[in-house]
Amino acid sequence: MVRLNLLLLVVLAACALGLVTSQHRARRYFGELEQEQERSRQLGVEYGQLQLEASTWAVHARVERIASRQLHMRVPEAKRLQIARPEEAAK
Amino acid sequence: MNFAASPVLDLTLPVWRSRFLLYVFVAGFALLLGRAVYLQGLNNDFLQAKGESRYSRVMEVPANRGRVLDRNGEALAISTPVKSIWAIPGEAHPGARQLARLAALLEMPQAEIDKRLADTGRDFVFVKRQISPEVAERVASLHIPGLFQNREYRRYYPSGDVMAHVLGFTGADDIGQEGVELAFQERLAGKPGSRRVIKDRLGQTVEDIESIKAAQDGNDLTLALDARIQNLAFSHLKAAVAQNRAKAGGVVVLDVDTGELLALANFPTYNPNNRSKLAGAQLRNRAVTDTFEPGSTLKPFTIALALEAGRVRPESVIQTAPGTLSIGGATIRDAHVERSLTVAQVIQKSSNVGAAKIALGLSPESMWEMFRDVGFGSVPGLGFPGEATGKVRPYRSWRPIEQATMSYGHGIAVSLVQLARAYSVFARDGELVPLSLVRVDAPPVGRRVMAPKTAAAVRAMLEMAVNRDGTAPRAQIMGYRVAGKTGTAHKQENGAYAPDKYVSSFVGFAPASHPRLVIAVMIDEPSAGRYYGGTVAAPLFAQIMAGALRALDVAPDGPMQPIELPPEGQEVKESV
Repeated sequence: MVRLNLLLLVVLAACALGLVTSQHRARRYFGELEQEQERSRQLGVEYGQLQLEASTWAVHARVERIASRQLHMRVPEAKRLQIARPEEAAK
Repeated sequence: MNFAASPVLDLTLPVWRSRFLLYVFVAGFALLLGRAVYLQGLNNDFLQAKGESRYSRVMEVPANRGRVLDRNGEALAISTPVKSIWAIPGEAHPGARQLARLAALLEMPQAEIDKRLADTGRDFVFVKRQISPEVAERVASLHIPGLFQNREYRRYYPSGDVMAHVLGFTGADDIGQEGVELAFQERLAGKPGSRRVIKDRLGQTVEDIESIKAAQDGNDLTLALDARIQNLAFSHLKAAVAQNRAKAGGVVVLDVDTGELLALANFPTYNPNNRSKLAGAQLRNRAVTDTFEPGSTLKPFTIALALEAGRVRPESVIQTAPGTLSIGGATIRDAHVERSLTVAQVIQKSSNVGAAKIALGLSPESMWEMFRDVGFGSVPGLGFPGEATGKVRPYRSWRPIEQATMSYGHGIAVSLVQLARAYSVFARDGELVPLSLVRVDAPPVGRRVMAPKTAAAVRAMLEMAVNRDGTAPRAQIMGYRVAGKTGTAHKQENGAYAPDKYVSSFVGFAPASHPRLVIAVMIDEPSAGRYYGGTVAAPLFAQIMAGALRALDVAPDGPMQPIELPPEGQEVKESV
């Protein structure tokens, strides 16, 4: 009888310790999850900011200015234009 | 010593005394037990709450406002988090050096910060709102007691003043206040949520208990707007307003097939990213909220009605000599006197007398119905805040002279958007479609308001108005057939027409063989000498139309020859 009781006591102690460690692990994982979620939010914010930056660089007025002033591009003159129609291309 | 013999111990106490004590103790325990049961079993809410408040916290989960995109997915408005700095005036006592650093970081004068912190009557005062997260971090590292930070959102508009009137803007709390931001507030707004968590001694979250309300990010909104065409329209409009020293101007570009608004530009405008110096004139979305007397651009509707009623045919001849027409004491004049004109030429040369004569053969009721059918006098239904309905007076009150002047667009008020929409009727073979601010995927169902034959006949006349013998040769575009009509009208001031103030307009569509775009342009008070729609508005129309057709890869339907302009000084002037 005494032996059985001792055995149960050992089992109980083991269970209790197991609970403590698993609880600790759960909290640690949760902390990590929390950090990753925060990071994902941060990355979301950064994505938004980068999109904003991309849009700002790609503003049409700026593209047009660089094309005409720095690259000296211009719309071709009317007489230098030739229109290729699909049926002509097929011939 | 023999205790047993002590006489004191011989005393026998009465039994009731020990019993009494026993009862007292039992009662005491019972009382404690009862209290314990009461506190822990029956009435435990209070203590439970007290206990939880030691470790559980409700945290707010922020939600983003949705982005606004153009039809090709280009971002036009994006929210990103910023910080606001606030203080409890009674508790914030920064040292002199801290204050100097703070003022430098926030780019504010020290006196201003001092003034805000001195207002001890209040518990809460914003020091500065909407600063970048990097600056906020450096402010936090100053460790000023009584100074706190809040997370907020700020909306950025990369395209700046180009699309200001379409997009509108949001206020400090990211709530839409103008334009699309206001019209689609419900859809764009995010709903912040909250959740309950367990925090440890160090303030770190260790466990999630429950989600009280899930955060919902706002939905992205894809507009019908095409950023390329919008930019084109805006930059040409800006140049035209400057060149004509005009007070204002507006452009509307519609897709004929879908009724989508591809571009809407106004000038003057503002930069939505920096709204510190805003005037009412800059804020006004003229193309939508302002109405004007359109002038000759309404003639095609009168002619269409007469064709529809079978009163005239395009080749019927109208006597227009001697270029004036008197009705009830008032006189209608033509700027360009011809002996007689065909109905088609009335449009081509924009003859007031011709239009008035045709109108007088029609019933006021049918004219009124035509105006209403093509959308004048009712909300154009784009969904913008404050859309103007315009003014079409009930036909019962029309006098003959009024009916005559209305035939060429006087005594009636319309907005630029209404005008563009009405012209889409000609472009769509007689159907009126609902307009849309957002991209539509399925073509909308239109409402037939005139026979396809009538629309085609008017289209042919409108094409004539744009050739070298019409009032708008400058609206021609190389490679495309263009159809359209000029309008020039005196502005009304204090109930009378101002002799030297005009509104010049042009509405048209291209390619005429299979219309793809309707563009309406309006220049308010051009004051650089020229004021005819054909010389002020038509060139602007041509520039925008040419660029837009190229941007959309529309196949040319006209000859690739340089456009023909009439010799200097021989242009057909329209009647005002």
